Amino acid sequence: MIGLSRSSRYTAHAILIIGIFIVAFPIYYTFVASTHSLQTILRPPLPLLPGDQFWENYSTALFGGIGRIGGVDVSTLLFNTTVVALAIAIGKIFISILSAFAIVFFRFPGRMFFFWVIFITLMLPVEVRILPTYKVMVDLGLIDTYTGLTLPLMASATATLLFRQFFLTIPGELVEAARVDGAGPWRFFKDILLPLSKTNIAALFVILFIYGWTQYLWPLLVTNRNDMNTIVIALRKMVSFADADTQWHLVMVTCVLAILPPILVVVLMQRWFVKGLVETEK
Amino acid sequence: MATVDLKDVRKVYGGRVEAVKGVSISIPDGAMCVLVGPSGCGKSTLLRMIAGLEEITSGTVEIGGEVVNDRGPAERDIAMVFQNYALYPHMKVYDNMAYGLRNRGMAKDEIDKRVREAAATLGLADFLERRPRELSGGQRQRVAMGRAIVRSPKAFLFDEPLSNLDAKLRGQMRIEIKNLQKTLGVTSVYVTHDQVEAMTLADTLVVMNQGLAEQIDTPMAIYERPASVFVAGFIGSPAMNLLAAKSSQSGHILADGTEIAISGATLPDSGREVLLGIRPEHLTLIENGAAPDLQLKVTAVETLGADTLAHGHPANGESRSSELVARLPGSVRVRDGDLLPLSIDPSMVHIFDAASGRRI
Repeated sequence: MIGLSRSSRYTAHAILIIGIFIVAFPIYYTFVASTHSLQTILRPPLPLLPGDQFWENYSTALFGGIGRIGGVDVSTLLFNTTVVALAIAIGKIFISILSAFAIVFFRFPGRMFFFWVIFITLMLPVEVRILPTYKVMVDLGLIDTYTGLTLPLMASATATLLFRQFFLTIPGELVEAARVDGAGPWRFFKDILLPLSKTNIAALFVILFIYGWTQYLWPLLVTNRNDMNTIVIALRKMVSFADADTQWHLVMVTCVLAILPPILVVVLMQRWFVKGLVETEK
Repeated sequence: MATVDLKDVRKVYGGRVEAVKGVSISIPDGAMCVLVGPSGCGKSTLLRMIAGLEEITSGTVEIGGEVVNDRGPAERDIAMVFQNYALYPHMKVYDNMAYGLRNRGMAKDEIDKRVREAAATLGLADFLERRPRELSGGQRQRVAMGRAIVRSPKAFLFDEPLSNLDAKLRGQMRIEIKNLQKTLGVTSVYVTHDQVEAMTLADTLVVMNQGLAEQIDTPMAIYERPASVFVAGFIGSPAMNLLAAKSSQSGHILADGTEIAISGATLPDSGREVLLGIRPEHLTLIENGAAPDLQLKVTAVETLGADTLAHGHPANGESRSSELVARLPGSVRVRDGDLLPLSIDPSMVHIFDAASGRRI
């Protein structure tokens, strides 16, 4: 704990500030680099303060098209990635909340069997089943489509388990009260389960959005066309082995733009789900 | 409003465990029927079968003269108050009460009228915009009641609704529920393990034990003429004294040799093993020096103020089975080790068969 004496408080603060500096400096430096011209970046040392090329670099990157990735501009990449991340996050939540609903609240033959089947898929991450999945996508003609980019990543045992655990904490009496009140399964789901799961959905959305945003291996395989790339893939393609060949200023702009949306989601949703957490009663 | 009739209702879980072993109860319109018994006696299962939350293995449940076995809980036109209130935590009090009505497609202004009426009856008018977590236990209980009232159902079902409240509030809510039920005149089934609640609320009291209805009668009739040892021990606090004895020509001889002469009461065949049931309040202290029916050797005293409970055993012996409690007036000063001369009112002695536990 932080002591009461002045010196111990100073020390504590100093350590914390150094920590923040270590974490934040690379990001700051990326931003600085994104505001200088390519010449400045290639001629070390790189200045520590932002340069005067901000508007120029950002507008070129966003709307001008970048040569190394086939003239696609970053706004297309941002759009692609947003679609992919949203589809994955929403799709995963949609599918897993429904399967958890079925497993927890319905008595059907093979209920536990299906639960375990879902559970077992935890042991088969994308990387393990990547070749067969790729083959299936090729056969279905889904290469270079949003469906191909997102569908194989949508099923989620983790989210299903999370919702299942949450649903199990909902008292049986509440379910019965709803039955007496004349709420059928769907109405119960919509009026009671969904509002009660708000917090869980918000938390999952943040995690899954970032998961979708940072996907690398699968988008790399399943997209050939440059205008279907996600931003992470494009970023890698923009970097050439030969230093002089790489438009570093645009790479840096892309970097900054790539980390902005996840940060935005975290910041906005955090307010939301902290509120949810504070309001929750148990 | 309607009658509720159970005919030989049975519940078997998984083909093996028999939770309710054939119970028949007939509840007249507007009456309050209380199911009481120890935990695991099947009273909650029985209630849940009336509600439609539990399937009925065999027998029939009739509400308002119609067999409702195959109807879902919402189609039976009943309202249930749950032990933990089961309020929807994310809905305001108003919506909690209105939810069931909305699901039935009732018109908005009719819903509004009913909810406000119920809220006024229950003193919840100022809390309609609050959420359940912002209410006290008693208020939540009232909301749960309100949710039942707005529906104006054929029957109310209460599943131990007061067990989560503190003692004082419980007493208060008990009276409120009783008054409300009388005012609304809705047929009610009330499950509890608390015999005070059972005695005070019931028009018809059903004492359940191991899946069977041991006795069905008015509370006073059950108190005065318990049909079995189980009922005798369950209803009344402190519990009825039960003494093992053997019948003889002139009365009963306790296991320790004390003879209790009982005149007037019909005597079973002599030599028969019986249990004598004497309520603590029917043991009276002799103060005029007359010959006592029983000498009580006091081993513990509970001073309750209005009453004094003297625990002990007959002076002649010390067997554990012959422990006794006498309820004496609060003014009597008793100390451990005292020898109390007691008289027994022969008309207040219950005689049970030792083997079957049934009343003789």
